[in-house]
Amino acid sequence: MSILTLLFYAIALLIVAATAMAVTRRNMVHAVLYLVLSFFGTAMLFYLLGAPFLAALEIIIYAGAIMVLFLFLIMMIRLKKLPGMFFPVGQLLPAIFICAGFLAVSSVLVGGNPEGWTPMPAAQASPAAFGVYLFQTHWLAVEIASMLLLVALVGAYVLGRRVRGPSADTRKEAP
Amino acid sequence: MIVPLNHILLLSGLLFSLGMFCTLARRNLIMMLLGIEIMLNAAAVAFVGASLHWQQMEGQAIVIFILAVAATEVSIGLAAILVVYRRTDSVDPAMEAALWEKGGRP
Repeated sequence: MSILTLLFYAIALLIVAATAMAVTRRNMVHAVLYLVLSFFGTAMLFYLLGAPFLAALEIIIYAGAIMVLFLFLIMMIRLKKLPGMFFPVGQLLPAIFICAGFLAVSSVLVGGNPEGWTPMPAAQASPAAFGVYLFQTHWLAVEIASMLLLVALVGAYVLGRRVRGPSADTRKEAP
Repeated sequence: MIVPLNHILLLSGLLFSLGMFCTLARRNLIMMLLGIEIMLNAAAVAFVGASLHWQQMEGQAIVIFILAVAATEVSIGLAAILVVYRRTDSVDPAMEAALWEKGGRP
């Protein structure tokens, strides 16, 4: 058992524990902070599995941008009375059942694959090689992703605008 | 030698089911969106593991697109939650459904 193997299990334990803590927190700020810890762990995992560029992106985009966006929203809205943490039992039990069922089925399917039990050799894709590969073979998808982000920008602007109904000043200007 | 692929896939499945539980069971729109983020992240872990197993960079390229989709989804989703909050003064999914059933104003 090499040092990399031990490192993998330590990181996996960190990720699962931080995510489980995040899912069960009542305070949303605590949940987001635990999730930031989980994403840092995922970035370390990506580095361990040979994707240093993705590790950097994980920290910058997931832990840096997306989670801070969540924090902005949580601090922007002011909840007077928090609703119950979970749904009533009639909906909570099916949810638990679905998740446990998914976990069982996926474990059985993954475990039935005999060639996946041999340890993998360590390898690393350098960021330069990865960038060349991405823009040579997937350039169209990159362009489509940039269009998607533009649509998201416009959509978020339209949704976030304060809708002014038929208010006094527009009605005054009409005639 | 690191770990077998199956251990990475099991970790990914565990993370995915945690995210699914967060989406299905938490009575809070923001936590539901957070659960979707956890699920996308679990899929990214599986793709990176597969990329190492087959020594191909396809899996890592897919993770880039997962990141783009996650950023899109979270920006639109949070703007929508803000609209819901302004209308109902809460982020309870059940309350929003009740308002729509009552024939609520747009």
